[in-house]
Amino acid sequence: MALRAQTGPYFGDFGGRFVPESLVAALDELGEAYDLAKLDPDFGAELAELGRSYTGRPSIITEVPRFARHAGDARIILKREDLNHTGSHKINNVLGQALLTRRIGKSRVIAETGAGQHGVATATAAALFGLDCTIYMGEVDTERQALNVARMRLLGAEVVAVTAGSRTLKDAINEAMRDWVTNVATTNYIFGTVAGPHPFPEMVRDFQKVIGEEARQQVIDLTGGLPTAVTACVGGGSNAIGIFHAFLDDTEVGLYGFEAGGEGVDTERHAATITKGRPGVLHGARSYLLQDEDGQTIESHSISAGLDYPGVGPEHSWLAAIGRAEYRPVTDAAAMEALRLLTRTEGIIPAIESAHALAGTIELGRELGSDATILVSLSGRGDKDMDTAAKYFELYDEENPK
Amino acid sequence: MRTVGPVIRRRNEEAGGALIGYLPVGFPTLDASVEAAVSLVENGVDVLELGLPYSDPVMDGPVIQAATQQALANGFRLADGFEAVRRITDRTDAPVLIMTYWNPVVQYGVDRFADDLAAAGGAGLITPDLIPDEAADWMAASERTGLDRVFLAAPTSTDARIRQAVDASRGFVYAVSTMGITGARSDVDVAARTLVARLADAGAPASCVGLGISTAAQVAEVLEYADGAIVGSALVKALADGGVAAAGELAAELARGTRPE
Ligand SMILES: Cc1ncc(COP(=O)(O)O)c(C=O)c1O
Repeated sequence: MALRAQTGPYFGDFGGRFVPESLVAALDELGEAYDLAKLDPDFGAELAELGRSYTGRPSIITEVPRFARHAGDARIILKREDLNHTGSHKINNVLGQALLTRRIGKSRVIAETGAGQHGVATATAAALFGLDCTIYMGEVDTERQALNVARMRLLGAEVVAVTAGSRTLKDAINEAMRDWVTNVATTNYIFGTVAGPHPFPEMVRDFQKVIGEEARQQVIDLTGGLPTAVTACVGGGSNAIGIFHAFLDDTEVGLYGFEAGGEGVDTERHAATITKGRPGVLHGARSYLLQDEDGQTIESHSISAGLDYPGVGPEHSWLAAIGRAEYRPVTDAAAMEALRLLTRTEGIIPAIESAHALAGTIELGRELGSDATILVSLSGRGDKDMDTAAKYFELYDEENPK
Repeated sequence: MRTVGPVIRRRNEEAGGALIGYLPVGFPTLDASVEAAVSLVENGVDVLELGLPYSDPVMDGPVIQAATQQALANGFRLADGFEAVRRITDRTDAPVLIMTYWNPVVQYGVDRFADDLAAAGGAGLITPDLIPDEAADWMAASERTGLDRVFLAAPTSTDARIRQAVDASRGFVYAVSTMGITGARSDVDVAARTLVARLADAGAPASCVGLGISTAAQVAEVLEYADGAIVGSALVKALADGGVAAAGELAAELARGTRPE
């Protein structure tokens, strides 16, 4: 079977629905609505039109030769999801799920967010569709992504700072699930990545696979052939699966996911789930997981809020297990250097998440050499990260420290 | 083996039904959680439900979250759960169920977990984030060891899923009284009454209602139609605020709800 034809609930040994019974009816309802929508040309047309007239699809590709000099002179091509309305790939998924919310007749949406990009995208769609909106965000993240908190509130969403556990993305997901269990009659959960219980991994992937479908043709048009490799950062894995998917059955194309290596994978402060984790159950799915001997989730660490997650989507675990994609860690320091390098050489400020893909690509380019063409998912822009970057690179005036 | 079915049947014959009390292992300490559990039984709790602290308790409200987070911070290990079961069953006749999220069982090994729980004298498992659809390993391990397995049914469950929960469960079916997570509520939903009737129609030998029960009056009300009433957050809060004595006093008060006027 073509790898691209794989659907949930299971990707090999990974996936499933490990959820409270109270959520099963809602997951079934969503899954059935999605299965009908998939077959409905009106749904596809409406989503494509929103992509065109609201998001700005297709996103362009940009070749970056000055940056590429630092990457073994390989040919480097960026897929510019940073230019989407709201600043990242997250909007692709959110518009699809917001349309579904309307189809199942619910009036309120909730979402978790780490970097705030998925929260901003959800709040944006809620404004567009006239839905009530509550966003759960770990308290650590509301602090490091304060700009996005303000954006969500301006868009009319309620932002709840989650103070439980590690106060990051995983705890925001727990709190969103509690809300959903309680308010499932009126509320749809717009999940932000390709993790979670079925149907989310399959559905979110389907809404994101437009990235790779566009980019595959764009790269062929530009270069006359397929790329040597496709790269992306991996938090839960939605931008990565989005750009990988169209290439899954192009066996000559290497697929590389870059996980957050934090302070190094030999320290305890990282979020390199596939590199350092082992299979377990978290947030409704069986997948790789950072956990201790007793199955307690280990807190992850990354300078990037969007990658600071101890789990990963089940389809990535499967692609890793069958050897179709390779996953490597990238440290905070390497990502920040790559962020500065792209900014200085090409005038494009990437999100810190996407900078992990760039840092990994620099290494990969050196390995593959100047004959290689590498397509990189530039999943988001760096505006939200200015405070983190300004502190990291000491860009604030000393007289006026922020 | 000490299982829950016979106790629930007996309490329905001699009283209004069974009182099931929840406490987390290791809160505030391992010793105190054992003392508190014993005290619950001495004060009229018929079946114990011991929660294993877990890093990501999606079905739990703030009271139980705070308690289990403290237990984890104090260094709770899975082996403490078996030790608590052993110490409690040595001192009381009440059957003890373990309530656990699924990943710790998977990591310990489903078969090994079942063997160690049975060896400790435990009665079985309540699995809040394991639905029968995903439970093949646990069905096999519980068949082999004779442990009870308690699955949940919710007001939103379809008839087919209600039947599945009834067929998969042994001991009782946990009827989720209201849509939501753990935490005391001022009124237990009417949805519970309908759900228990649907479970009975599907052939459930016993249904116990939980989520939101905190007073003797609510226990009495639930036992009008259900076989057991499950109290969690209210007991944990009593233990947190007033120690073992307060938890025992609340248990005695709640047990009054099991006796018909
Ligand atoms: C710009 C950007 N890239 C990547 C991610 C990571 O998510 P995923 O792995 O699902 O693409 C995020 C998450 O917030 C993000 O904002």
